[in-house]
Amino acid sequence: MALLRTDVMLLQLFGGVVALLVAATAVGAGLKRAVTAPDMHAMVDNINARIRAWWVMAVVFMASVTTGTAGSIVLFGLVSFMAFREFVTLAPTARADHRALFWCFFVATPLEYYLIWIGWYGMFTILIPVYVSIFLAIRTAIAGDTERYLERTAMTQWALLICVYFVSYVPALLMLRIPGYAGRNASLIFFLVLVVQLSDVLQYVWGKTLGRRPIAPSVSPNKTWEGFVGGVLSATAAGTAIWWATPFAPTQAAVMALLIALMGFAGGLVMSAIKRDLGVKDYGTAIPGHGGVLDRIDSLCFAAPVFFHITRFFFAH
Amino acid sequence: MSILSGTSVQWQCDPIGDAPRVYFANHASHLDFVLIWTSLPRRARRCVRPVAGRDYWDKSPARRFVAGHVFHAVLIDRGGDASTARLSLARMADEVDEHRSLIVFPEGTRSRDGEIGVFKSGLFHLARLRPEAELIPVYVDNMHRVLPKGECLPVPMLSRVIFGPPLGAIADEDKQAFLARARGALLQLRGGHGAAAN
Repeated sequence: MALLRTDVMLLQLFGGVVALLVAATAVGAGLKRAVTAPDMHAMVDNINARIRAWWVMAVVFMASVTTGTAGSIVLFGLVSFMAFREFVTLAPTARADHRALFWCFFVATPLEYYLIWIGWYGMFTILIPVYVSIFLAIRTAIAGDTERYLERTAMTQWALLICVYFVSYVPALLMLRIPGYAGRNASLIFFLVLVVQLSDVLQYVWGKTLGRRPIAPSVSPNKTWEGFVGGVLSATAAGTAIWWATPFAPTQAAVMALLIALMGFAGGLVMSAIKRDLGVKDYGTAIPGHGGVLDRIDSLCFAAPVFFHITRFFFAH
Repeated sequence: MSILSGTSVQWQCDPIGDAPRVYFANHASHLDFVLIWTSLPRRARRCVRPVAGRDYWDKSPARRFVAGHVFHAVLIDRGGDASTARLSLARMADEVDEHRSLIVFPEGTRSRDGEIGVFKSGLFHLARLRPEAELIPVYVDNMHRVLPKGECLPVPMLSRVIFGPPLGAIADEDKQAFLARARGALLQLRGGHGAAAN
């Protein structure tokens, strides 16, 4: 019975997403017809490319969440893998880091997700910050190249933290045991991802239409106060509106959504700062219109662990 | 598929040509020619043969199998005297006569740091011998970090293969001028793409 109710709820949420995408596609097609100024064509084409990519991402996401723990773990495991790959491709690693990086790709990343699969909370939370961090420092020292040693080690550790450790908190939501919410944790993933991504999109929309005052022009010229306030508030409203799918009361859902949106903004800002430091505009080209995988999940990196731990502290047992 | 393999391919020339082609590329890893081979359209793949050093690819049964039966490589002797060089060249010319294309690495060996080394003269002699073959520069990006010389396990970083416009036909150039021009075509492909590797 509980299972059936979950399915119905998820289907309602999915229906909402599909409706949103249909609306976005209609608006995109309308823009394409309405905008005639040649200098605006590139932007409109980019918007339409983004919307098409959103369809693909939404379908992949919904399909994997529906297939339960395995689907979510495989999806976010692959996302971690691809994000980490984009990060280290841009990061100035050295020849001596080769073996250490091999361990990161083929041992640390699968192990992290395996620990979530078997539900070992005590180990999944410390594997990368404790054991892998220590291992990487040792392995890189053994490789013998001390030029920029500190910088290179820190870079690899941070790349793993952002792309693998933080992202793995998304499927880890499935292991939380919340009283009266058994078997429905997939909706928590949905809540997190929806609020984060909606906040991103709405910040873009508010920023493009009303944006005047940049927040941090040297880091990200497109982030404006108007976009930030409008995006965070409207994403919070959307999160509050689907409180019925979460273990939270409406006010609690509002606070959680606000927190997620704020952390999402912070994650995007930090990942932009790293991009500026590395001298690139996007992390990759995997997703048409969006850039790399890491460009799409930058806002998820900080929001996922904070949302997980706050939920665990206040709601799980 | 490119989202999983992490390789993107750019074409600045027609992916399929009428004349047999000599794809010449920079060389940083054993995966280079696999990468170029898989980047080619299926039709072009059927009639392309990589040129590889016999000293390396004839060493074990496994390598021999991969070179001979998977990629149909033309194995040539490296570092021999003038007559072995002539023989190698004649075998490459035969392939062109058979209307097959070749993949060659004119540096003759793998680069350690991704820099493009000095070209050996084989490409020049082949171009003179078979001027009808189209010379296509191919820049392979970041492979020195994916599988550096001396490592046997690859790290799956993002890489890129860029097929450049055909090199202008060989004119009244001497060897050095021609080889410099060919190497320059690769350097230009490297300079022209967006930021990928550092």
